Order: sequence, then C-alpha cells, then structure tokens
Amino acid sequence: MSCTVRIASPLRSYTAGAAALAGRGSNLAEVLANLEQRCPGIRFRMIDEHNRIRPHMRLFVNTNEARELSEPVRDGDTVHVICALSGG
Amino acid sequence: MASTLWVGTRKGLFALRADGARRNWKLVGPQFLGHIIHHVMQDPREPKVLLMAAKTGHLGPTVFRSSDRGRSWREAAQPPAFRKVSEGEEARAVQRVFWLTPGHRSERATWYAGSSPAGLFRSTDGGERWEPVAGFNDHPMRPQWAAFGTPDGEFLHSILVDPRDPRHLYIAISIGGVFESTDAGSNWTPLNEGCAADFLPDQTVAFGHDPHCLVQHPGRPERLYQQNHCGIYRLDRPGRRWKRIGSAMPKKVGDIGFPIVLHPTDPDTAWVLPMDGQSVWPRTSIGGKPAVYGTRDAGVSWRRLDRGLPHSQAWFTVLRQAMCADTHERPGVYFGTTGGEVWASTNSGDSWRCVARHLPEIYSVSHAA
Repeated sequence: MSCTVRIASPLRSYTAGAAALAGRGSNLAEVLANLEQRCPGIRFRMIDEHNRIRPHMRLFVNTNEARELSEPVRDGDTVHVICALSGG
Repeated sequence: MASTLWVGTRKGLFALRADGARRNWKLVGPQFLGHIIHHVMQDPREPKVLLMAAKTGHLGPTVFRSSDRGRSWREAAQPPAFRKVSEGEEARAVQRVFWLTPGHRSERATWYAGSSPAGLFRSTDGGERWEPVAGFNDHPMRPQWAAFGTPDGEFLHSILVDPRDPRHLYIAISIGGVFESTDAGSNWTPLNEGCAADFLPDQTVAFGHDPHCLVQHPGRPERLYQQNHCGIYRLDRPGRRWKRIGSAMPKKVGDIGFPIVLHPTDPDTAWVLPMDGQSVWPRTSIGGKPAVYGTRDAGVSWRRLDRGLPHSQAWFTVLRQAMCADTHERPGVYFGTTGGEVWASTNSGDSWRCVARHLPEIYSVSHAA
C-alpha cells in the first residue's frame, strides 16, 4: 500500500527537512518500519521499546487517531505524525 | 590548559570556553535548541569524544556522540532501551537518559548510562549501540529497590567505575539507594548502612534511601562521598557504614543539597551547595543567600565560600549534575542554576563570579579539558 506520511517539525531532522514522504505498508507498524529504513532513528523517538506510541506523540490515519500500530493503512491514505505538548 | 564547560539545559546545549587563565569566558551555542539535555560527558580516554543524553518534550530519549569536541554530533544507532518483555511482565520504557559515565580506561569503548525509570545500560562501541545491563534491570530485587518511585519515575545516576577494577561498579538511585557490583554488573548489593531515610516509615531499611549524588575520588578510590536527601556522608571502603559528615555543617544551613564535587587530586577536599530542605522543601539557597561549602579535611569541618555570590534575594537551585570542578592545580569549581546562571570560581571556591546568565534552566555543567 502506498501512502503519504506527514512529519511534524520536531522529527524533520530525520527527514532532511521534508514535511511529507511517500510511505509504504498495510498498517502503521509497516509504514513506520519502512520509514525507519529511510530515516534511521526516527521510529524510536515516536515509539517506545514496547511498541507503544510515546505519550506526546499522536498518529492519525487520515482523520482518525490510531491507538495501536496495527491500525490498517490503505492505498492513498495519509498518515499524520503529530506532536502533542503543553506548557513551556 | 584551555577549559570548556558544557552546559546542558532544558532548552539546548551551550558551551562556555575559557582561555588558559580562565579569566575570559565565551558563551557558544546553542546547539540542539529546544532539546532537553540531561548530561554531557567528555571521554577522558579519548578527549575529543563527548556523549550527550538528550530528548525533547515530544520525542523519546536518546544519546548523541561527538568525536570532534562537540563541533558535530551523531545520534546513537541503538539508544538505551529496556528489553522486550513477555506478556504479564512489567513493560518499562526509558523516559529519559539521565546519566552518562565513561567506562574503565582499559575498556576504551565502554560507556554506562542511567535512566529514569531506574535502568542501567552499557555500550561497548563508544555509545553507538546500547544494551540493558540485565544483572541490574532484571535483578529479582530491582522492583523492591526502586519501589518508592516518584510520579516522574526514579532516577539511576552516579554510575561509578572503580579506576582499579573495571568490574567494580557503584550506582545510585533516587529513590532507592546506593548499590555495588563487583562482577561488572551481574549482581548488586545495597550499600546504605548508616544513611538516614527519615522520609520512610522504617529507618532501619537496607535500601530505599535517596542519594542525590555519589562520587568516588579518582586518586583514592576506596573513598566515597554522597550528598543525600538526608545529609552529607563519607564512606571509606572496605567499610560499609556511611558516616554523616554533614553533621559538622552549621545547624542553620544544614546538610541537604543535590551536588557534591571532589578535588581532582586531594581526597580530603570536597564542595557542596546546600539547599533549603525544610517544611515543603523549597530546594532553594537558604534564606536567599547562596553559598558553597567546602571541606579540606574529609568533612570534619566545613567553610562557607560565598565571596562574590549574591548576599540576599538570590534563590538558586542547583541540580545534581550542575556542579563540577576542573583539573587545574588549583581547581576551578563551577555551578549552574535552574535560573540560567553559571557561576565560576577559579580559586577553589574562595571567590565567585557569574560567567553566564539568561540561559534556560540548567540541568548539567561538566568540565572538558
């Protein structure tokens, strides 16, 4: 499955500044594994060692927030990687 | 000898560079603006190498390495992380890499890292790939050792490698206590006898203490000092009972603080920076009058060292990694405040001057030769 992955600014040091990349995979786990191959180190900043989405990260498939990496991704979907932080 | 102070802050990394006389300090940076920098350490075995523990508010924790004295940095390929767990096991995740320690001089590529929640990690390739130290992280007693966790998670810090023996290690956990290994981390035993734990219901516990900072003298490695939540202590091994040397501090000042720093060659000389640990624990300088206290007799007596420091309305907090000494014959002593100031003494604490201000909240200050 081909998708678009939109990258929040705190992670763009891993994408050479790109705000969006082409992605590949049938679920979020595969999309992130594919992303990691091209942008080494990016996954661990978003996902912890037990495959949990980190507390200040949010992953959306189109407009639906994903709670698990098993969330399906279909052809033409957009995966949004969003950072959620309050305070200074 | 030129000096650099690496200043890790809540919002990035700064460097203060001095000439050989340490008169003129130039602030350089920031690098990694917006990153939370918990610790920066130079590798004494290969002085061009630095390791840095970092994260951001959003992103997970990691380690960066520089091999050109901090001009450029590269992220670890495999940052510290706990092992995968089986179903039903507690799945702990590293929230922050809090502490970095270079390994023994005979193990040139070994580094140790401590995390919150309390975890111990080792790299044997210069900080590129990190593995959990199972002897501690999976020790059957580890859940009890670090049971009194604060909501932010307990911290594993003050990793010490005995300069005489790479297999002899100490660690400290806030809250948990001091622990010792004589087999390169395969097994650990508590080492807290004599330390107060007046916040616990049982004062006679073997662990559960709150060492804020544990140090070992490089030239006399059998000598340990600690600044604890409940006082300042010294332990001369092979003894096992800590002596509360903070009892000799003035009663109005007390002996509570975060950092303790040792003279590089004189094992009887140490510096602390007391804070207010009364009532609700403001953790600021006492009465708004910051002072370093120094001992030259291993804690038998202490001298107030506040010349040049503000004499009123200065409410400093200095965290455990935010004070250090350099290696000059008459060592410089330095500390950074959570209010973003760096203070320097080039005469071993006799007088002080502010060499940087308006920085973000300072988490660590470390000297690099």
